[in-house]
Amino acid sequence: MKIDSLGDSALIINLADKISDSSGLLARVLSAAETIERAKLPGVIDVTSSYESVAVFFQITQLGPDFEDRIRALIASAGVRVSGKRRRVEIPVCYDEEFALDLKRVANHTSLTPDAIVALHSSAEYTVACIGFMPGFPFLAGLPQPLCVPRLESPRTKVSAGSVAIANAQAGVYPLESPGGWNVLGRTPLQLFRVNESPPTLLQPGDYVHFRRITRAEFDVFKQ
Amino acid sequence: MTVSVISAGFQTTVQDCGRAGLRKFGVTPGGALDPISLRLANLLIGNLECTAGLECVSGRLRLRFHDERILAWSGGEFEVRVGDNLVPILHCARVSTDAEIEILPQRHGRAWLAISGGINVPEILGSRATDLRAHFGGWEGRALRDGDELPLGVESELCARVRDEIADQVSDWSAPRFVGRGKLLRIIRGKNWDDSTGRKLLAQTFRVAMNSDRMGLRLDGEEIAPASRRELVSEAVTPGTIQLPPSGAPVILLQGCQTIGGYPKIAHVITVDLGYAAQLQPLHEVGFELIELEEARQLLREREREIALFRAGLEARFG
Repeated sequence: MKIDSLGDSALIINLADKISDSSGLLARVLSAAETIERAKLPGVIDVTSSYESVAVFFQITQLGPDFEDRIRALIASAGVRVSGKRRRVEIPVCYDEEFALDLKRVANHTSLTPDAIVALHSSAEYTVACIGFMPGFPFLAGLPQPLCVPRLESPRTKVSAGSVAIANAQAGVYPLESPGGWNVLGRTPLQLFRVNESPPTLLQPGDYVHFRRITRAEFDVFKQ
Repeated sequence: MTVSVISAGFQTTVQDCGRAGLRKFGVTPGGALDPISLRLANLLIGNLECTAGLECVSGRLRLRFHDERILAWSGGEFEVRVGDNLVPILHCARVSTDAEIEILPQRHGRAWLAISGGINVPEILGSRATDLRAHFGGWEGRALRDGDELPLGVESELCARVRDEIADQVSDWSAPRFVGRGKLLRIIRGKNWDDSTGRKLLAQTFRVAMNSDRMGLRLDGEEIAPASRRELVSEAVTPGTIQLPPSGAPVILLQGCQTIGGYPKIAHVITVDLGYAAQLQPLHEVGFELIELEEARQLLREREREIALFRAGLEARFG
């Protein structure tokens, strides 16, 4: 465990070691984040996690003197318990040409046919490593190796909400319209970020995700 | 009751102290780019310190009131008038029914306007702050437009007592004003700091690039090559983080920043100086001064103590 400061009002704790594989590491990271959040230490205002690390944000004026030690102890006690079962979420995707803006680019890079790309993308099991970049955007680990394709050379100024995309070893879904540089393979009719619901995101870190191919007609039905 | 936006200025938004506890959903803390300015302006007029107010950037903002209110403002160099009366920074002013107020930047920068009762837009995810990037919160998730009618909240009893103490149009008391160190921002080392990169960061004066916004200030200067080209695993970033993308042009993240990032974190602007960073506009010059983590934390504790003292003084006088 390595603790660094993240500015003057946060700590970032890296849990990577030589033993864990990425999924074991993610389980420990999620468990550590949950344990710290549940402890409700005085002064802690936010806890978040990513692939290898947990970040703890605090109000300095309310912090106890032994704060860092307590964080260490909480992480040591966290183990790999994850409350509840990790959910499996299926995301319907229409891979039709009008949505699959970069299917040809990915085909050129990988020498795979568009059908083979879609088959690979929709048969893999992904894990939500973290949510970030924008509200509800899932960083998905588990992209089949042949689909690893670099980002676009120059990002698009506008990517539509629901765009299902890949970049390097990662897969993701744009919950909102935004600029973006990932390769867009299709579009889901699902809303990944809903401000009036609790939790506000469809996916949570640790969830398993599958993409399921749907037709344009099914897409329209879902949208309603 | 409402306040009418006659002229919306440019990128004027409803902001409060932002959203806490939602980073795991990718939701930025957001809120006023200089929360301390907004908090002081709110305290002055008897509001709770994180009540929603307006963040003004540039252009001329004109508002018309339809009932009696008091207001205060803080931030950069702005001229604020209620009718013909000039309202100095961090003073309270009375606004009568049908009065017009005008907020005009004298130079570039940002200002925060607090109105008694606050801007009463619906709370979304625990805050009234506008998230311009994700288009939610504030007034319809966007910057104000001419003709908007913003709902105002009910004034507290404290607001009414403060109003009664204002003999003329403008109060004869004010809040403490915290002044920055010109174009110098104090920084502490980030986890990817190395001395050769750090020296290049400290040795030059940068210019704020045009494509800067509430998420971050992009800096133009002599390129800083990162010590290592190794790709980093994405992890948490926070307002104040100075990232170094492969282009070699550093980015200072501001309150509206994303929650995680993969670029090296070479340094962090200290929290106490983030309000001064929020005043920087494209083409402004900026440089950095390195201090130690413990000093940054001590400065923040002192700043919070000064605000607490001011709050206690107001409560003793009006409470």
